[in-house]
Amino acid sequence: MPQATAESSEQSTMNTAKADSQQSAVGQAPTAKTASQLPKEVLIKWLYDMQLIREFENRTMQAYQQAKIGGFCHIYTGQEAVAVGTIGCTNADDPVITAYRDHGHALARGMTPEACMAEMFGKTTGCAKGKGGSMHMFDRPNWLFGGHGIVSAQTPMGAGFAFSEKYQLEVIGIGKKKVTLCYMGDGALDQGCFHEAQNLASLWDLPVIYILENNGYSMGTAINRHTANAENLIDRAKGYGIRAAKIDGLDIMNIYNEFKPIVDDCRENSRPAFIDLKTYRYQGHSMSDPQKYRTKEEVDQYKDKDSIAKLCSDLMTMGHIDEAGWKSMRKEIADIVRGSVDHAENAPTPEPGELYTDVYANPEKNLSPTATYSHGTKNPLM
Amino acid sequence: MTTMPMIESDIHPAVDNPPLPVFLPDDQLPSREGDRIIQFREALREAMSEEMRKDKRVFLLGEEVAQYNGAYKISQGMLDEFGPKRIIDTPISENGFAGMAIAAAMTGLRPIVEFMSWSFSFVAADPILNNAPKMLYMSGGQFGCPIVFRGNDGAGGQLASTHSWCVEALYANVPGLKMAIPSNPYDAKGLLKTSINDPDPVFFMESERMLGDKAHVPEEEYYIPFGRARVAREGDAITLVSFGRPVNFCLEAAETLAAEGIDVEILDMRTIRPLDIESIIESVKKTNKVLVVDQSWPFASIASEVVTQICERCFDWLDSAPARLNTADVPTPYAKGLEYDYLPNPERIVDAVRSLVNA
Repeated sequence: MPQATAESSEQSTMNTAKADSQQSAVGQAPTAKTASQLPKEVLIKWLYDMQLIREFENRTMQAYQQAKIGGFCHIYTGQEAVAVGTIGCTNADDPVITAYRDHGHALARGMTPEACMAEMFGKTTGCAKGKGGSMHMFDRPNWLFGGHGIVSAQTPMGAGFAFSEKYQLEVIGIGKKKVTLCYMGDGALDQGCFHEAQNLASLWDLPVIYILENNGYSMGTAINRHTANAENLIDRAKGYGIRAAKIDGLDIMNIYNEFKPIVDDCRENSRPAFIDLKTYRYQGHSMSDPQKYRTKEEVDQYKDKDSIAKLCSDLMTMGHIDEAGWKSMRKEIADIVRGSVDHAENAPTPEPGELYTDVYANPEKNLSPTATYSHGTKNPLM
Repeated sequence: MTTMPMIESDIHPAVDNPPLPVFLPDDQLPSREGDRIIQFREALREAMSEEMRKDKRVFLLGEEVAQYNGAYKISQGMLDEFGPKRIIDTPISENGFAGMAIAAAMTGLRPIVEFMSWSFSFVAADPILNNAPKMLYMSGGQFGCPIVFRGNDGAGGQLASTHSWCVEALYANVPGLKMAIPSNPYDAKGLLKTSINDPDPVFFMESERMLGDKAHVPEEEYYIPFGRARVAREGDAITLVSFGRPVNFCLEAAETLAAEGIDVEILDMRTIRPLDIESIIESVKKTNKVLVVDQSWPFASIASEVVTQICERCFDWLDSAPARLNTADVPTPYAKGLEYDYLPNPERIVDAVRSLVNA
């Protein structure tokens, strides 16, 4: 992975995000004013990616219940329009970072279902070689920086990627204007570091967009029980001088229409933004959540406004897809996802020696009284 | 199912690193004797400035590092030379700017984060402990974190409990990070230059009480490798193992003890992780007695670790139980006399050595 070096920083590119990753086609439509004007292939790809996430998460839950996936596992079902729609407004080399409910972002960003599923199965072909698990999806070729398990820990880092890209452009003279997307749940609103991150981002003109995936619950605590003035969150960001907007997160066309101008503006003018994206998760906080804090009726209410059904219906109205096409797309996706489970089942488990690899980049002797560190196998994504 | 190939390079490919400096044996490094007498703080500044001139990816951020010229004048003049984009004043917001700098390191920059005091690093504990040292591992070798965190560690001058933290035992517990603790200006320059060039996160401990210490520091560039202790004084009566400021307490105590005919050997570890246990063993084989002098609390301290490793590695060479001398096991007091008594001061070292040698 070439990066800038002390000697050749001018010639090389520090960020070698894959230029042709699958979602780049989605993001490369800056001339379109509204989503409905986007090429058919882009809109169909959105539907494909959202359904891929839906199907992937169904299989994830199944595998979890079969105890093939361990640890904490947070399901993205219901929120698909957010990851696909917002990432669809960016370029493949814009940094992306998120929290632990991260499978959807990984797939939307272009990670293969195999690498994502194998990671949860703890296999060597997983994106982190089985060392990260469900909460830590990293994908360097797609410039995805995790998957972070501590609520809001990703928010200062989001500012940091924006800082880094800006520094490279202004001080080293490499790279280009980029926007960082930093996702967070509504629970992350209440952490101090998010306020520090907003202050730094505004103070230093950092092009980072904080995307609040407002699903109404901080684990099991409803938003009006965990954060003050919950109906008016965007005023907080405005308090830091940050552009802020509230967007309906269940309609991907709407997300594109409202989010894309903000992305373009942040990129061009090097400023942060905060987006309150109202969405809903159909499953519990994690796989072990009995969901005593909400009613089935509430969940059903949102399922009636399902974002995939909405997009599918819109695309049918536009004549971009018909029932047969939708059916064959679902079949193709079901096969791919089943294939990812088969892959994960059959992939090798890490050799015992991998326990002591990837600890130090320069594993000198005497770093530990009991361990000898070394480099192991290359990461399958690199 | 094909297995991925092994990584062949010395440095992990997750970090784009300049070639590591050539590390010369101590006797081939520039002389420690000379008349270029500068302060510890100037040696730190020289190390940072030299590396910043060579590599635009290196930058310094922290509270008061730029316009104020450093709360402790370590970065004095650096804003003038490197400008505000590379010498960056931060708000008092350690959690925020430490996390930010970690992200910058993941994307190829080489941040130096100055904590005015390591006592203030606790509000940044999540990024510096949960992200920096674990990033390479939890990303399965995709992202490293070449970053230096540095600042004052240990008791200052009557700063009392909250501002006098010795963080080395707490932080060195975490795998994935390295830790350097110089005791003198010469080592400070050489170790900090190595830290900036190392591809791993380095926790670099300074002491407010040593920043004004003066010694000869060569003008030329030199690098001191991690994991190589220095024999600060030769002797055969007992080995004193120490690091950072207490090395100077040991040297002072050694003068008193020499007058009594007790010649102590003093090992300055220079880095804690890695720890040059071989040099300790070699010295213990000569003296057969050892006292570890450590300015942090005794329970689960670096001294505890060193004593454990000595027992594991050279137990049969000991004539008496390995001993430790730590700060008193109480919060750091304010009153001048109490603070002095709290520290592993020269008098306490002399007493401890006398009882061990005369036992």
